[in-house]
Amino acid sequence: MGNKQTIFTSQQLDAYQDCTYFTRKEILRLFHRYRDLAPQLVPLDYKNQPEVRLPYELIGSMPELKDNPFRQRIAEVFSEDGEGNMTLDDFLDMFSVLSEMAPRDLKAYYAFKIYDFNNDDFICKSDLEKTLNKLTRNELTEDEVRMVCEKVIDEADLDNDGRLSLEDFQHMIMRAPDFLSTFHIRI
Amino acid sequence: MEIDAEYDSGSDVDSKRRAKGKNKPKPAARGKKAKADSVEESEEEEEEAPRKRKGRKKKEESEEESEEEQKGRRKKAAGSKKRAVKKDDSEEESEEEKGNKRKGGKKGASRKEKEEENNKEKKGNGKAAGKGGKDKQDDKDKKKNKGKNSSGSSSDDNSEDESMSEGEMARLKEEVEEKKKLIVTLRNKPWRMKRRLKCLKEAQAFVEKFEGALGKGKGRRLYAFKVMMTKVLMGMPYGSIARKTVPRDEQDSAMDFSVLFEFGVICYCLIWIKLLTFLQGYCKYSIMFYGYYNNQRSIGLLQFRLPLSYLLVGVGIFGYSLMVVIRTMARNANEGGDGAEEGAFTFSWKLFTSWDYLIGNPETADNKFASTTTSFKESIVDEQENLKDENIHLRRFLRVIANILILCCLGGSGYLIYYVVKRSQEFAKKDRNELTWLQKNEVEIVMSLLGLVCPPLFEVISELEEYHPRIALKWQLARIFALFLGNLYTFLFALFDEVNAKLDNEKEIKNETIWALKEYYDNYTLHHNVTENIPPPNISPADVIRGPCWETEVGIEFVKLTVSDIQVTYLTILIGDFLRAVIVRFLNYCWCWDLEAGFPSYGEFDISGNVLGLIFNQGMIWMGAFYAPGLVGINVLRLLSSMYYQCWAVMSCNVPHERVFKASRSNNFYMGLLLLVLFLSLMPVIYSIMTLPPSFDCGPFSGKDQMYDVIMETIEKDLPPFMADIFSYASNPGLIMPAVLLMVLAIYYLNAVSKAYQNSNMDLKRKMQMQRDEEKNRRNNKDSTNQVMKDLEDLLPNKSLIPPPSAEETEKPADQLSKSPKVTGKPGAAATGKGVNVKKDVSLAAANPRAPVTRPPGPRPPGPLPGNARGPLPGQGMGRGRGGPPPRR
Repeated sequence: MGNKQTIFTSQQLDAYQDCTYFTRKEILRLFHRYRDLAPQLVPLDYKNQPEVRLPYELIGSMPELKDNPFRQRIAEVFSEDGEGNMTLDDFLDMFSVLSEMAPRDLKAYYAFKIYDFNNDDFICKSDLEKTLNKLTRNELTEDEVRMVCEKVIDEADLDNDGRLSLEDFQHMIMRAPDFLSTFHIRI
Repeated sequence: MEIDAEYDSGSDVDSKRRAKGKNKPKPAARGKKAKADSVEESEEEEEEAPRKRKGRKKKEESEEESEEEQKGRRKKAAGSKKRAVKKDDSEEESEEEKGNKRKGGKKGASRKEKEEENNKEKKGNGKAAGKGGKDKQDDKDKKKNKGKNSSGSSSDDNSEDESMSEGEMARLKEEVEEKKKLIVTLRNKPWRMKRRLKCLKEAQAFVEKFEGALGKGKGRRLYAFKVMMTKVLMGMPYGSIARKTVPRDEQDSAMDFSVLFEFGVICYCLIWIKLLTFLQGYCKYSIMFYGYYNNQRSIGLLQFRLPLSYLLVGVGIFGYSLMVVIRTMARNANEGGDGAEEGAFTFSWKLFTSWDYLIGNPETADNKFASTTTSFKESIVDEQENLKDENIHLRRFLRVIANILILCCLGGSGYLIYYVVKRSQEFAKKDRNELTWLQKNEVEIVMSLLGLVCPPLFEVISELEEYHPRIALKWQLARIFALFLGNLYTFLFALFDEVNAKLDNEKEIKNETIWALKEYYDNYTLHHNVTENIPPPNISPADVIRGPCWETEVGIEFVKLTVSDIQVTYLTILIGDFLRAVIVRFLNYCWCWDLEAGFPSYGEFDISGNVLGLIFNQGMIWMGAFYAPGLVGINVLRLLSSMYYQCWAVMSCNVPHERVFKASRSNNFYMGLLLLVLFLSLMPVIYSIMTLPPSFDCGPFSGKDQMYDVIMETIEKDLPPFMADIFSYASNPGLIMPAVLLMVLAIYYLNAVSKAYQNSNMDLKRKMQMQRDEEKNRRNNKDSTNQVMKDLEDLLPNKSLIPPPSAEETEKPADQLSKSPKVTGKPGAAATGKGVNVKKDVSLAAANPRAPVTRPPGPRPPGPLPGNARGPLPGQGMGRGRGGPPPRR
């Protein structure tokens, strides 16, 4: 823990602690994970908040993400530039939301964003199709995909506008028994 | 508050008069004291001081006061008076009245509370004066009681400092509070880190800046405490041990194999329970069995009461386990819909929650993709052919047959166990050396084998039934459950038979011992002619005649059962999974068909079966732990090792289920089973504790008639006599019966309440569904969104396409109708304009024939129709479409 003083100031650490669901130790561990992705890019001194962004290719290659069909979306949602290039802040943010301690609401909110591929604040049919195709690796026929999407809209769309709003999504996901245990990355 | 005080004192005497006057309508509770003291109210000066003091105190406390109150008070306080002015006032007053000031030590508390009450009641209706008066009276009262110690001046200074910014202060404080709350909940905000950091910084700066300037003393300390508490409460989970250890142990199983998660959690739960019980046992120098423990009442310097604690721990384990299970169940029930909405979101859940974000292994990911795809396909198929029943009679017949077969299996296995246990009792009578290993361990082997063979058999039989996989799984689980339970209970009954035989045997031995002892004493007296101080017989402990000690026997049975269970489980994994996997893997190169995809394939990991096994294992421990405390330790070792062992086996030689069906959406299914098992295993233990006499020469309860005599003894000897009285009253049936009755009633009531809630829940749900459907229908029918437009459209086509017929159509009914009410004199005239209008007119007229009759004689206005005077405008009326249906078809 000799690094503690050299990487962050203690105010920074406190602030991060207040803003995430991590302890100091975990924050430092995450920092090292982050740095290990590209040791040549990330300095060992974050006291003056350098503007470092790791490209999506590096982020997506983490073992925690690399098998996830939604990794690109996750990176996009949590990155500030929306293209998956992450600063340390974004990185911490991502794992904080995906951590065990994050509450259902927060998780649901970000899950919604992740599944909202076209960023229009609604999960529409095309989003559902994309999700489904990613989830099954395009192994369903078109008819099947269409049917599943229709069923989903039919089940979850409360206001009948043919797409899922955040409220619809939350209403549905809050009742899902597996949501908390599956929307969760351990690091 | 201060303002009140100032106000009162400013307007001096007559304000007080007013105050008193206004005080009258106040609630009695507060007024009582005041009235009692009202005789003394005449001394005006005295009253000033306390009011002031009160005001000050209030101010110090005023953190909680809301802004409304402040406003209200400000209003009261001489309309537009500025703060500064008020301050001046107060200063003046304080100077005037310094002489009179008295301070009543710490009478603050109660008064303050009262004042707060006052505030609340008074809020907004300008009764400041009244309150002032009342408080005065209070104060005076206290003053009188306490005598007079003057210390007014210093506190007065304080009050002036603070009076300056009271309103703003409250507002500031509120803001500070808000900011603090923000800091605590910041991590719950779905913002970018940058924004959060910025926000945090601002909030912290704000808090820092104003917190120092704000509350001094109590309020602030209280606040600091509160914040600290929240920090502690919120912060605790993040770094605590509980959180860190749980995942680490589970990691292997959970990380790569999400389906194992459930299994892991239950395993973990059990290990903890086990570990705890084990520790309790360990503290008592535990060695495996009941018989080892001594019946000495207390041991060592600390007077450790072994028998008592043995009993209490034995029973306490059940209580603790019961609590843990129930609490877990309650928590599970709170989370998630508890399966109430099962099926409402099948596809949505599948779509959005089936990917497990924990998966970090390509092979697992492949499996997951495959299983997700199949599950989707299955759901689609299910959906498409929803109900397709072909030859229901055949199926029913097959199901009946299957159930009969399974009942036979169950009965057979029960009988087999009973037979084997009986046989083992025969063997037990023979010399141990003559018996083979097989004969010695027959019972356990048979039980384990039954547990091994029957479940697959059930599975085969259930193929006949052709249930939906999820239902089939439930049946399967229920059958295995019945099998295990039946076996365990048969075993237990056989064991109790044995115990009774042992008890008889014991009696003889006991008599013999006593007889021998008596004889020894008699002989001793005869030979040595001494009647006192006879040395005890000189027999080495190994030669003492000993009873069979049935408790230890029972304990041994359970330990044997557990050990053989462990062996069988491990061997099954080794042979059934590992060997099979090795064969399939390596023989596949030189075999005539594809072994991996074809017949033997790799073993599947049977989650539900394994969980069930765990549950039964736990039941066995619960039952056996009282007679063999060491069993708990064995089981801890077993669970720990089997977790890693099974994990290895699963990872290396099993494939996941092609389709995973959870028995239930909610996790409470298995917990419910666990609870049932706990209850069932509790019964025999409690029964034996309550009814069977303990062995006379072994175990902590030897020499007692019943095991629970220990408790009586403790109550009599170690507790003060009044405690004994209390206990004897408490154990009186007259007290217990009402208590039980009360509980039953409470259960009944709670049950009724929950039913009512459930009903209203269902009702609401139905309403929501109806609303949804309605909306959907409306949307689907037309693009029109409201009823008016829809009705309009119903009418319009007729008119626009073929105008003349529509006019005729409308005229006819109008005539018919007009006959009875005789109102619309000439409908035709109106019809010339718009057919729709006429209809409207008719209907209105029909609805209320009286009123129009008075009017037609006069000249009718050309445009609007008679009904319209009272009715809505024609357009609206038409929109409502009341006239629509009758005339048109």
